[in-house]
Amino acid sequence: MTFVERIYLPAIVKGMFITLKHFFKKKATISYPEQTREFSQIYRGLHVLKRDDEGRERCTACGLCAVACPAEAIIMIAAERKPGEEHLYREEKYAEVYEINMLRCIFCGDCEEACPKEAIFLTDRIVESEYERLPFVYGKDRLVEPLDLNLRIDVSVRQTENVLKFKQNKRFAHNK
Amino acid sequence: MDWILYIYKTIFLIIIFLVTLVVAMYSTYGERKVAAFMQDRRGPNRAGLFGLLQPIADGVKMFMKEEIIPTTANRVLFILGPSIAMTTAMLTGVVIPWGDTITIGGREFSMQIADLNIGILYVFAMVSIGVYGIMIGGWASNNKYALLGSIRAASQMISYEIAMGMSIVALILTTGTLSLHEIVEQQHGMHWNVFYQPLGFLIFLICAFAETNRAPFDLPECETELIGGYHTEYSSMKLGFYLFAEYINMFISSAVIATLYFGGYNMPFIDQLGLSANVVTLLGSFFFFLKILGFIFLFMWIRWTLPRFRYDQLMNLGWKKLMPMAIFNILATGAYYYFTEFNYPNTPCKL
Repeated sequence: MTFVERIYLPAIVKGMFITLKHFFKKKATISYPEQTREFSQIYRGLHVLKRDDEGRERCTACGLCAVACPAEAIIMIAAERKPGEEHLYREEKYAEVYEINMLRCIFCGDCEEACPKEAIFLTDRIVESEYERLPFVYGKDRLVEPLDLNLRIDVSVRQTENVLKFKQNKRFAHNK
Repeated sequence: MDWILYIYKTIFLIIIFLVTLVVAMYSTYGERKVAAFMQDRRGPNRAGLFGLLQPIADGVKMFMKEEIIPTTANRVLFILGPSIAMTTAMLTGVVIPWGDTITIGGREFSMQIADLNIGILYVFAMVSIGVYGIMIGGWASNNKYALLGSIRAASQMISYEIAMGMSIVALILTTGTLSLHEIVEQQHGMHWNVFYQPLGFLIFLICAFAETNRAPFDLPECETELIGGYHTEYSSMKLGFYLFAEYINMFISSAVIATLYFGGYNMPFIDQLGLSANVVTLLGSFFFFLKILGFIFLFMWIRWTLPRFRYDQLMNLGWKKLMPMAIFNILATGAYYYFTEFNYPNTPCKL
């Protein structure tokens, strides 16, 4: 090393100017609850169980989503629709219990792809943080979208014509 | 009995204690902010406006924590350690001239608690006793990491105090006095000692970093190797005392550096403004605090720029580089005054 290198001071001053440059730089942080980062259009976040236009649950508890789920996060118990419940459930069979464990879920979207009834979708919402584990098991109370038309969750970005056409093609593996 | 003087000194003492504590408190906040800004983050900004209540939240947290004294530890010394560290850190502020004199009703009040004629030596004595806080605390913990930390602290302090004392010897050659008040008075105008003793200033600055256990000399408490070093076993407010003492030391070191080398409460061109004496005094104190804050920022700036020294590098720097440089500085200063027969440059009466 030369003498200048050996006394380190020039190098230290140089380093200090680098940190000073960063001192005045624009911060990369986003103040999360007030500001949110822009999501991708097809972001896969918290699930929703859709209702149809008349407010009936679309899910028929076929269990394809649970089969497709690689993390085995979905549990459901099927039940038969009684006479007089036609305004609640679209199909003759419905899910009495439908639970997704958000701690197991890897948000891959396979459930959505497997669903033949266009009932489950991943949305751009975020699973809220909790202090304990149990609240992360989301039941139907938190998964099914509200009846009120204004409060429905919009999934038109994910449920496009192309997606529907893709799902109807029996040749694809997920519909075997 | 001069009651007014006693009352004034008591009030001023309390004010200085409070100011020291508040500055140390907000240094922790400043440290986190500076660290964050240098790493492109925002730092604490949730508690209060800009996170200004963060130090209070931290303090409350420290008090609320469970207090653990290890069963194998020496209880008396375990408690004595942080107490010494805190007490000595607080005591040093007594001799520092925080400002010139204020005249109220024909009486002059000095903005210095005690103008000792051996002010610098007092500062050194207090800093040296401060090491005992770390040593005793580390030893009393009965923990290998803590012991290693305190051994490191002891040897580091001894090594760097030599170079620090020698840089001061050269300074005293130029000032001709040990009283901090007189040293500041001599630097009136732009006769700051840093221009007469640049090498001495550099040595003193480096040693001040080592004496306060700040990065890059924070070997006694390095988190990665020694898990906190001497305060590994400490919890609750006893830990808080150690951490707090470090920030007080930083504040006092900055004040000492500003006093010795950067003119203390003097500011150039203040005489030309034609202000009344009291206003000049208050402005001087304000500038003094600005200088101190500048040095505190320098302390933080260096901490977040440089990595920690290895132990042999630390010893090499202390004994093989700084000490010869300090001796050379003394010789050069002495030779200069001997051969030029130039009396103390800052002493007005001799010029």
